[in-house]
Amino acid sequence: MENKFNPIKDYNLPKEKLIKMYQDMLKIRYFENKITDLYSKGLMPGLAHLYIGEEAIAVGVCNNLTERDFATSTHRGHGHLIAQGCDLKRMMAEVLGKEDGYCRGKGGTMHIADFSKGILGANGIVGAGIPIATGSGYSAKVRGTDQVTVAFFGDAASNQGTFHESINMAAAWKLPVIYVCENNLYGISVDIRKVTNTKDIATRALAYDIPGVIVNGNDVLEVYRVTKEAVERARRGEGPTLIECKTYRWKGHHLGDPGRVYRLEKETKEWMARCPVKTYKERLLDENVAKDKGLVIIEGDVKQMIEEAVDFAIKSPYPKEKEAFEDLFIEQEGVK
Amino acid sequence: MRKITYGQAICEAIDEEMARDKNVIFLGEDIEILGGNFRATPGLYEKYGGWRVRNTPISENSFTGLGLGAALTGLRPIIEIMFCDFMMLAGDQIANQIAKIRYMSGGQARVPLTIRTTMGGGRSTAAQHSQSLQAIVCHIPGLKVVMPSSASEAKGLLKTAIRDDNPVIFFEHKMEYNKTYEVPEKEYTIPFGVANILKGGKDITIVGTSNLALKALQAAEGLTQEGIDAEVIDPRTLVPLDKDTIINSVKKTGRLLIVDEGCERCGVAGEIAMSVLKDVFYHLNAPIERLTTANIPLPFSPALEFPLIPDEKKIYQKAKDMVLG
Repeated sequence: MENKFNPIKDYNLPKEKLIKMYQDMLKIRYFENKITDLYSKGLMPGLAHLYIGEEAIAVGVCNNLTERDFATSTHRGHGHLIAQGCDLKRMMAEVLGKEDGYCRGKGGTMHIADFSKGILGANGIVGAGIPIATGSGYSAKVRGTDQVTVAFFGDAASNQGTFHESINMAAAWKLPVIYVCENNLYGISVDIRKVTNTKDIATRALAYDIPGVIVNGNDVLEVYRVTKEAVERARRGEGPTLIECKTYRWKGHHLGDPGRVYRLEKETKEWMARCPVKTYKERLLDENVAKDKGLVIIEGDVKQMIEEAVDFAIKSPYPKEKEAFEDLFIEQEGVK
Repeated sequence: MRKITYGQAICEAIDEEMARDKNVIFLGEDIEILGGNFRATPGLYEKYGGWRVRNTPISENSFTGLGLGAALTGLRPIIEIMFCDFMMLAGDQIANQIAKIRYMSGGQARVPLTIRTTMGGGRSTAAQHSQSLQAIVCHIPGLKVVMPSSASEAKGLLKTAIRDDNPVIFFEHKMEYNKTYEVPEKEYTIPFGVANILKGGKDITIVGTSNLALKALQAAEGLTQEGIDAEVIDPRTLVPLDKDTIINSVKKTGRLLIVDEGCERCGVAGEIAMSVLKDVFYHLNAPIERLTTANIPLPFSPALEFPLIPDEKKIYQKAKDMVLG
């Protein structure tokens, strides 16, 4: 896939939106860079699955959603939450296992949820969000709203039974769900091309008689455009769409996996040259949407936001031991 | 009092709750025209229409997960899983998603979801349609587990399950659907975590889950002829479990027999025994005993199946042995 982009003006988007999408991608990139830093200092418990290199997908998709819409996320979910406007401070606090985190330290990096923004949870089980998103779509249909739901999942999740079972139901019942496959080519170490016969995952849409779209997942404006069509279609009651975003995971499966032994360095370098953030910045400058000075200010602002988030998270206390017994059931004291 | 079947009681509970709350929906296999595999819920599809009552494809894991997604976004779904054996196909959604999302989200999520399923042997349906898998779901924190005995119990407990804001696994015994029982006409609910003492007694406490509570009651009537006065307890819900009622009973009787149709190993009976043991230890006149199915799959042939399933005769004999030594 080459770095071929359509002129920005073709997308007919207001400048504020174009700049916001740059800012959103930066937030994700800087957030993830900071995670790397915190993890290496031993401040972050557990595993860190980084989204670096895939920022254009979350940002291009979520910029089509409102806070009334819904999304299910994955183990690699920070980007989806940030793009949906979740609070960086509470996210960072959750990642560090702190009291002020979104889940009060009970979920951690793989399970951040923000129901106020429609994020029905990141998920530690590959493919498990797909039926949940489908149920959210069913719910909108029953309640008679125009809400849509996005199911984010990876290439590996497309080989789970839930992918087939859920899309089959959504197609049969014309549910307002957008299935967004982030094909970063690897499920941990396994090359999707070695365990799946078809070149593309989107072609499976044919089996359900729904639209299947392939898009350059590193081009935020293309992701935005195809998602917009899918969202409009869903809101019109015409049913689900499967969108396959071709992308690449720059880092290993998680921090601690260098991601080298099962991939060629050449391949990784080629994809890094297609950096979704850098290429978009160049387009904004080349096509006179923004001036260098303006983008430098944005970069500084975002860095500041991330520093504030880290500061907040580090200062936040750890939850008290007794809190482990809270939040299991509603309206009951402790665990029964 | 009027008499209706266990199946009719289940249907009434769903019907009343659907009429009461437009957010209650009901999904599962073969529920539209057939009214479910055991014909327990006919007429609901005609009454409430195709979105609130809907046949699913045979995709247990995803239609169960669909129930979760609907529950998280404002609905109050009832999901029917035809046999609890098939619940294993929905293992991820039940164990890793439904049970955990409220806890993992730090209390943000609300999961008003009821999963109705059937359990038990007795119909020669062999080992993939006869299991009693209540122990498996009891083991997973975050799920309430209900095992109604009679029709009136099933109705009151199912209405409570549907109104509960937490996920509930509701086990219906498949041998009960066509049996008739007295069921009040006036609306009522039965709270969770409150055991039902079916018969008072002083010589032995018999705890029976699901329809085994009723079989224990039959056994107790026989025991009376032998001069043995048994107390019979239906725990109604395994999570939450009303330990106090059992403990107080055993303190009085000095003997405890627990009857459950699940397999013995790591089962409900063993769990109930251990969870009350410390409190009743110095009051016991005999070791706590359990009557369950053996640690083998239930076989097909009635000649093989029936001897394995606890019934009133086996309960009678076991209780008699415990009291008379």
